[in-house]
Amino acid sequence: MLSYITKRLFLMIPLIFGITLITFVVIHLAPGSPVEVQTEMSLKVSAQAKENLKKLYGLDKPLHIQYVDWLKRFMKLDFGKSFVDGRKVIDKIIERIPITLTINILSLILIFLVAIPVGILSATRQYSLFDKLSTVFVFVGFSTPTFWLALLLMILFGVNMGILPISGIQSIDVSEMGPFDRLIDWIKHLIMPVGVSAFGGIAGLSRYSRSSMLEVIRQDYIKTAKAKGLPESVVVFRHAFRNALMPIVTILGLSVPGLIGGGVIFETIFAIPGMGQLFYSSTMSRDYPTIMGILVIGAILTLFGNLIADISYAMVDPRVRVRK
Amino acid sequence: MRLLKIIGKRFSRNRLSVIGAVIVLLLITVSLLAPFISPYDPTAIDVYNVLSPPGKSHLLGTDDLGRDLLSRIIWGSRVSLKVGFVAVGIAIMIGIVIGSVAGFYGRRVDAILMRFVDIMLAFPTFFLILAVIAILEPNIFTIMAVIGVTSWMDVARLVRAEFLTLKERDFVDAARAIGINNTRLIFRHILPNALSPVFVAATFGVGGAILIESGLSFLGLGVQPPDPSWGNILTAGKDNIEIAWWLSLYPGLAILITVLSYNLVGEGLRDALDPRLWEAERD
Repeated sequence: MLSYITKRLFLMIPLIFGITLITFVVIHLAPGSPVEVQTEMSLKVSAQAKENLKKLYGLDKPLHIQYVDWLKRFMKLDFGKSFVDGRKVIDKIIERIPITLTINILSLILIFLVAIPVGILSATRQYSLFDKLSTVFVFVGFSTPTFWLALLLMILFGVNMGILPISGIQSIDVSEMGPFDRLIDWIKHLIMPVGVSAFGGIAGLSRYSRSSMLEVIRQDYIKTAKAKGLPESVVVFRHAFRNALMPIVTILGLSVPGLIGGGVIFETIFAIPGMGQLFYSSTMSRDYPTIMGILVIGAILTLFGNLIADISYAMVDPRVRVRK
Repeated sequence: MRLLKIIGKRFSRNRLSVIGAVIVLLLITVSLLAPFISPYDPTAIDVYNVLSPPGKSHLLGTDDLGRDLLSRIIWGSRVSLKVGFVAVGIAIMIGIVIGSVAGFYGRRVDAILMRFVDIMLAFPTFFLILAVIAILEPNIFTIMAVIGVTSWMDVARLVRAEFLTLKERDFVDAARAIGINNTRLIFRHILPNALSPVFVAATFGVGGAILIESGLSFLGLGVQPPDPSWGNILTAGKDNIEIAWWLSLYPGLAILITVLSYNLVGEGLRDALDPRLWEAERD
């Protein structure tokens, strides 16, 4: 097992290298240098000041040297300073990670809690009314723009019924609340963002676990289990479900980039101070150091998501870790 | 031709997919006829009718500048159609080239190209798209290009997988034996046999591209006002969320119905093109 994990970790190194390279190239596609962006606001900047800025960012050196320099600093998690407020990019990102991670983990839990039972039930009762309804839900779920869903929920629960707050993660008067009320307040603020961010995933995963389950149910060993008179619940949960679970686990890793990327839209809509919102405001103000930092960190988080998925896959399926 | 007939027959057996196809055709017609069927000029400002709810003179109401919502949705369908088809076209071209080269040559070429695919898949795509658009200029052309360039990976994987099995077949040896060069062999002989999963992926891709475009325009990084797109109408919906529900409801419904239709067509195509299900059909 350990050797499998080490092997997977080594395989990540060229990927991380490629990610940093693409990020670097993308940012340097920019017409005009970052210095122009930073100084275009104030007209009084002298040529001398511009030169100094260029030196500061190493923009007077050739591109490949700039890349190597940037990579060196990146190893030390030093992404430079934000153009907007001069704070260290890494600090700005780190303070945003907990809330984004919380929402992502909560919605992953929600996705698994809802989607897997739905998938199993539609597979074991294929072509039943429930199966048909869940199929309709899946198709609608795939086709719904999540930001629109967010708007509709805001109109329904926020504006019309007035029971859920439509922005932020805490009320203004939160400091006057007791710990219990504070928790309730927090939950109320998170219900819609978590629900919206889980919505697409629920559709995808329930479809996936349905087909995975259908595949397993057709196998001979399930027929055997049924034939020897085991109760259906044992056949479904002990024999079929465990084998159907394997491919489902990989989806966990694959859904990470979608969740992180999707954060841009719903964090902006619900005014949640997470990584997505930071990324949005950085793109709007062309804050290149922050953009680069988030791109790289987002991609690395994705790789770790994949790694965790692969490891859990290897844990449930011995064939994977034995092979080669 | 016989094959097309079988595919058509198989496709039409799926009622929902047929409905999807009809709606897709209808939407294409609507966007082509937009100048003739839209009741108002989509950018005409009417200060006396600001945010009027759906009613007789404005079927779906008006926005915060008094522009007719129905006309803006009709014109907005052109944006979705263009972005959907052009972005997917770009993605398919890149995906086909990379996938067939990787699958055909195998070994080191394959390893390098597939690592590249892995890298592209590791980026949270929406971040990457936002970054590129912010750097370039947000307009419909950038959007089409950027969505295309960031969504070819599935096509590449599908084409590669097809090539891996197809290149072992006898007709490839036969073509080689008569001295056909590799480029011709790849694109004229093998590729046509590898296209059916690409058609399916393309159909789903159109829906996906429309969703991404609407999201970008919603964030203000897509089609710029006053030109209407379903996404930027929804921005107005968000700004007036407490007073004008129609601005949020209808454009989103248009997106949902459109994307749903493409997905239904894709589902029908997938079943119709699945060779495993063909055997019974031949008799």
